[in-house]
Amino acid sequence: MKIQTKRATALAALTLSAAMVLTACGGGSDSGSGSGGEGGGGATTVTFLPKNLGNPYFEASDAGGKKAVEEFGGTFDEVGPQEATPDAQVQYINTVAQQGINALVLSANDPTAIGDALEEARSAGTKVVTFDSDTEPQFRDVFVNQASAEGIAKSQVDLIAEQIGDEGKVAILSAAANATNQNTWIELMKKDLAANHPNIELVDTVYGNDDDQESFDKTAALLQSNPDLKGIISPTTVGIAAAARYLSDSDFKGKVQLTGLGTPNQMREYVKDGTVKGFALWNPEELGYLAAFTAQALVDGTITGKEGDKFTAGDLGDYTVEADGVVVLGEPTVFNADNIDDFDF
Amino acid sequence: MSTYPEHARPLWQRLLVTRESAVIFLLVVVVLYSILNVPFFDGPLTLTYLLLDVAPILLIALPMTMVIVTGEIDLSVASVVGLSSVLLGVLTQAGMPFVGAAVVALAAGAVCGAFNGFLVAYVGLPSLAVTIGTLALFRGLAVGLLGTTAVTEFPETWTDLAKATIGSTGIPVVVIPFLVLAVGFAVLLQYSSFGRGIYDIGLNDEAARFTGVNVQRSKFTVFVLTGLVSAFAGIFFTLRFGSARGDNATGLELQVIAAVLLGGVSIFGGRGKLPGVVAGVLLIGVISSALRLQGVTVNVINIIIGLLLVASVMSTSVLEAVSRLRSRSNRRAAGPSRAPAAGAGTHGRHTS
Repeated sequence: MKIQTKRATALAALTLSAAMVLTACGGGSDSGSGSGGEGGGGATTVTFLPKNLGNPYFEASDAGGKKAVEEFGGTFDEVGPQEATPDAQVQYINTVAQQGINALVLSANDPTAIGDALEEARSAGTKVVTFDSDTEPQFRDVFVNQASAEGIAKSQVDLIAEQIGDEGKVAILSAAANATNQNTWIELMKKDLAANHPNIELVDTVYGNDDDQESFDKTAALLQSNPDLKGIISPTTVGIAAAARYLSDSDFKGKVQLTGLGTPNQMREYVKDGTVKGFALWNPEELGYLAAFTAQALVDGTITGKEGDKFTAGDLGDYTVEADGVVVLGEPTVFNADNIDDFDF
Repeated sequence: MSTYPEHARPLWQRLLVTRESAVIFLLVVVVLYSILNVPFFDGPLTLTYLLLDVAPILLIALPMTMVIVTGEIDLSVASVVGLSSVLLGVLTQAGMPFVGAAVVALAAGAVCGAFNGFLVAYVGLPSLAVTIGTLALFRGLAVGLLGTTAVTEFPETWTDLAKATIGSTGIPVVVIPFLVLAVGFAVLLQYSSFGRGIYDIGLNDEAARFTGVNVQRSKFTVFVLTGLVSAFAGIFFTLRFGSARGDNATGLELQVIAAVLLGGVSIFGGRGKLPGVVAGVLLIGVISSALRLQGVTVNVINIIIGLLLVASVMSTSVLEAVSRLRSRSNRRAAGPSRAPAAGAGTHGRHTS
């Protein structure tokens, strides 16, 4: 009998200590970041929900969002799932609805699957801003688009024109032949070249299918068949990195200019060794910054998300809501030897 | 742990000491703590969201308990969820009536389960290896059928039903099929000869065979049931999110198995009851929900749940070791004459 009592006591103690460990965990976090939704009346509460945590691109955009929220005196929170799946994201959207957060800023893992959860959050009074990846328009108030197709095309044409002295032969190294984005940009680049840069001749467009090795080989072939090529535009992050790798080890380094869309981390060594003078991409930090100010403008009623609404986004200046509730960040950022070390994504 | 010592103790001790009641007790403690201390946890939406989130895990945990009690494991359940989701989507898109597509999806789930069951029960392969293979196989089929696209057009009556709540209680409708299944599985497991056979297989399948249990057929049946219920969970999953995707429910199998083990089912088979499993699923759900509401990041939530699981599994082993030591010293104290009585060596100590 004595033995059983001891055993029962041991079990009870174990259970209790487990419960205490649990509650301690809960309690500890309360002081840390539990400021979530207690704001209510005063400061605007903004929650950022990226596709997943631990992604450098979203770490940059969320840092921009945090900066903006601090500027307008709101309360910032960042939550997110480990895996970039819609069902994991729904749990966080639900949490935001429960907390009564003023604004949710998210990059959608699926354009429709998270729609119901967003509708519930909106009916609970939360304003929804998407950035980077949009949902169907009816599920959000505003989509903050990184850049317009025209802006992306123009910045790449301007870069190559500047790098080759506005004359000579250029070629394009694209992703897949049927990639919608890339083809739109290429068409716009062709128009821009014809209208504003008569001395630049586009001699060829090749496709590396966003495969590193294939893009590398296509770059080699392109230079072989066009020995007097002055520049290459690669409007895809895989293509530009592969082309830069080829150029940096070849005799063409410094003689053939390369630009396009790339990320600073991929391109850093090629900018530093002189292979690439400059390339473009939207700045995710500015994207997050603008998204946070858009959320604030929705919460305080400056905008409702309809076409023509105007608001000011801190340092970035004035913005106007376009058709379908879209706000465009603007021209892509140009990265070069002077500024590339300021970015980490 | 034989059944004799438990019955010999006073009721309050028995309730406190079983793994099931420890988990239920912990669940109550965490719920009460959360209601009192976690902002918005007492809100009207918490119960709805929580139950919707854990519904697929609750459903699959029922047959998974049986699988683990037999000493086997099924890692392919989340892939069956994905496959049934994709089939439902593809067939609905092709113009098949929703109910027809759902029946095909359920049948596919049963076939997947039968495939696992055949290889494990009749071919005699280890279930761990078989279901690691079918985890990849079924997921591959699912992703292959739909690629990276998603089917999002489903009849609204059905998607609304998946998210509906019973009256104004906030309890989702999906709880009803779950309760029906839970009662069915509980009766099957605790009160039928099939269920007793399941426990016997888990304790010692050679011995079970000698006592007349059809080991092969029982194992096969358990895997088919798992496939079938996983497919049902897949249909619910698809309707709740209104989206059939190849990657739906990726990783869900580990959440199911974690909850089953937390609920007191022994990974070595032969022990565990459904109430503890249900409490285990709810415990994980409540902890995640409460921590999310407090703004705790997903990594920290996973660490806490992981530690809880390790602690719970460890506590079982530690207690069993302690109990073995005690019964050994007890037998010595009780004297040799009592040991053979009724074939229960540990019985004597409780009357001494």
